[in-house]
Amino acid sequence: MRKLSLAVAAVAAIGVLATSALAADMQKVRIGTEGAYPPFNYIDSDGKLVGFDIDIAKALCVAAKFDCEFVVQDWDGIIPGLIAKKYDAIIASMSITEERKEKVDFTGKYYSTPAKFVGAKSMKVDIPEGTDAGNKALAGKAIGVQRATIHENFLRDNFPDADIKVYATQDEANLDLANGRLDLVMADSMALKEGLLNTEDGKDFEFKGPDYNEPKWHGLGAGIAIRKGEDALRESLDKAIATIRADGTYQKINDKYFDFDVYGK
Amino acid sequence: MFDLQGYGWMLWDGLQMTLLVGLCSLVLAILMGLIGAWGKLSENRVARAAAATYTTVIRGIPELLLLLIIFYGTPTLIQGIAEDLGYDIIVDFNPFIAGVLTIGFIYGAFATEVFRGAFIAVPPGQMEAARAIGMSSVLAFRRVMLPQIWRFALPGLGNIWMVLIKATALISVIQLEELMRKSFIAMGATKLPFTFFFTAALMYLAITVISMLGQQRIERWANRGIRRA
Amino acid sequence: MDFQIIVDSFPKLLEGMALTIEITGLALIMGFALAVPLALLRLSPNPLVWPPVYAFVLFFRGTPLLVQIFLVYYGAGQFRPLLQEYGLWAYFREAYFCAVLTLTLNTAAYTTEIFRGAIQAVPHGEVEAARACGMSGWLLNRRIVLPKALRLALPAYSNEVVFLFQSTSLVSIITLMDLTGVARVIVARSFDVYEIYITAGLMYLAVTYGILGIFRQVEFRLSGHTRERPDGDATADPLKPFG
Repeated sequence: MRKLSLAVAAVAAIGVLATSALAADMQKVRIGTEGAYPPFNYIDSDGKLVGFDIDIAKALCVAAKFDCEFVVQDWDGIIPGLIAKKYDAIIASMSITEERKEKVDFTGKYYSTPAKFVGAKSMKVDIPEGTDAGNKALAGKAIGVQRATIHENFLRDNFPDADIKVYATQDEANLDLANGRLDLVMADSMALKEGLLNTEDGKDFEFKGPDYNEPKWHGLGAGIAIRKGEDALRESLDKAIATIRADGTYQKINDKYFDFDVYGK
Repeated sequence: MFDLQGYGWMLWDGLQMTLLVGLCSLVLAILMGLIGAWGKLSENRVARAAAATYTTVIRGIPELLLLLIIFYGTPTLIQGIAEDLGYDIIVDFNPFIAGVLTIGFIYGAFATEVFRGAFIAVPPGQMEAARAIGMSSVLAFRRVMLPQIWRFALPGLGNIWMVLIKATALISVIQLEELMRKSFIAMGATKLPFTFFFTAALMYLAITVISMLGQQRIERWANRGIRRA
Repeated sequence: MDFQIIVDSFPKLLEGMALTIEITGLALIMGFALAVPLALLRLSPNPLVWPPVYAFVLFFRGTPLLVQIFLVYYGAGQFRPLLQEYGLWAYFREAYFCAVLTLTLNTAAYTTEIFRGAIQAVPHGEVEAARACGMSGWLLNRRIVLPKALRLALPAYSNEVVFLFQSTSLVSIITLMDLTGVARVIVARSFDVYEIYITAGLMYLAVTYGILGIFRQVEFRLSGHTRERPDGDATADPLKPFG
């Protein structure tokens, strides 16, 4: 039922006509996503999985002629889940990093945005460019970050004097920021903008400090992770990314969520 | 304060899932408990050692950690072994199955102690008498032991059920959409954490209270015809 | 198995264990201090006294600890203006405080129930004898009932200590870096699920049986007068798990 309704939603969202006859001989691909990272992937109040990643995933499945099914998995178990074959690909705004490449393979990026801090408008804090100076400026500040993200690694390696607190989801970190338990949160700038700043709860908060985009930690943008050695799947997905970039599908999804080009340079 | 903002149905769904996962776990725990108790009382040294290791390890490690090990570790382990043997298999644990396996496995260790106590509580003379009048060991077990084991084990099993149903809340950590997880989702959307967690707490409390009353009735029923001391 | 990662992360895991033990210890001491008077109040015949204690015990024993932790940690946020007014927010702001508070109340409820059972199990004859000697009220409780009850409660209480120790793993969910929290942070980066989680599991196992061993020793000491001969019973294994 769930698969069927997702397939129907996919057709509706992308406006591509798929005939049911196709389903029989299509390759079945299970896609792992987090479902707690608005606006990229989250569960709306109807209990449906929605967001930029989800729309992209559906478009890729149409382009690659895959019969796709979504599996929701919390972030800190998302790579172990892939390795354990709970699903075949991760489409969940996962940044392509060297550390992760030791465990999984990636397609090319499908978008890329910098990381930023968010804090209360009322809080005076000057975060200078460069991580050494930044570390000094933020010594002792409580910074919330999601467990097992590039942002956690980036903070631990570059802001060792800050009081880093990890959460299972970005939502919980945002909640504690609103509660005043945290001075700052760090995450992808788009996720913070759409998931916090543009919402009712985010009206007292703003971006602080510079953009961070260090390839060593932030990687080469968000890609699709697959198990090591599954080259056929990786190539199909890379081709599908190129297809939707070329035929305007990507642009349509981009415009549905953002007022700028999220693909980056 | 108890305006659930339309998320009440979501909690109701979650409650049903909690009960379902709890009942399935209880069945598994009882099975594991019977096997474990058999192992503990077995003449076989290997069976005894295995049963002792099982209860020792399970009772020494926090449930949350066991859950993380079973959910994230087991499929990889089984697949690794299969690959070494030259098979390519997919072990797909959905959160429901992983939850039932973990909770059932953990509480099976507690049920082992309950059943062990119940086995011992039946005077050995009764089995000997049953065998002496010509019953086979299976028949004697079914007619003489089982009815009494249940009676002796019921209070313990009732307690296990009440602890177990609370432990199912942990399965929310591996994304089973039970009561706790649903409360979390509702909290994320409404930013009313106290309202939803308190409602969830009351639902768990209702399960506990109903279970306590049920346990009293069942015990009275199981002990019918037994003179009280 | 990658043993290097175990060796490398062991110091961090030990730090986590230190926090686990610290939180367990604090909650135990405060929970015990609450439980003794609560158990006495619970047994009061006064209908204004025992029902609130009963409700407290029922709530904390009848709901999952995870819900209680979320209720205190995230729930406090819903009452932030009120808590700020009374100057309490400074405490509730800290995950550490919320964790210790919840665990204290939780173990206090379970311990109250254990002590209630133990106080009721004190042989009536001993109480009558004490009354005959002219003891009553606090003196009777202090000299006769409580010492006997605490000794009777020891086996059940040792189990509660172990449960509490293991329950502290839940504080990792509200950002604290206890043993489970540290293990999850390491796994999040290295993905070595088994190596780290099993090492952490063995550390919990070791401390659990250490705690039980200590309690067996204490029980053994306290039961001197009930033993037949000093070198008598060789079947009692002090490390035998949970009887």
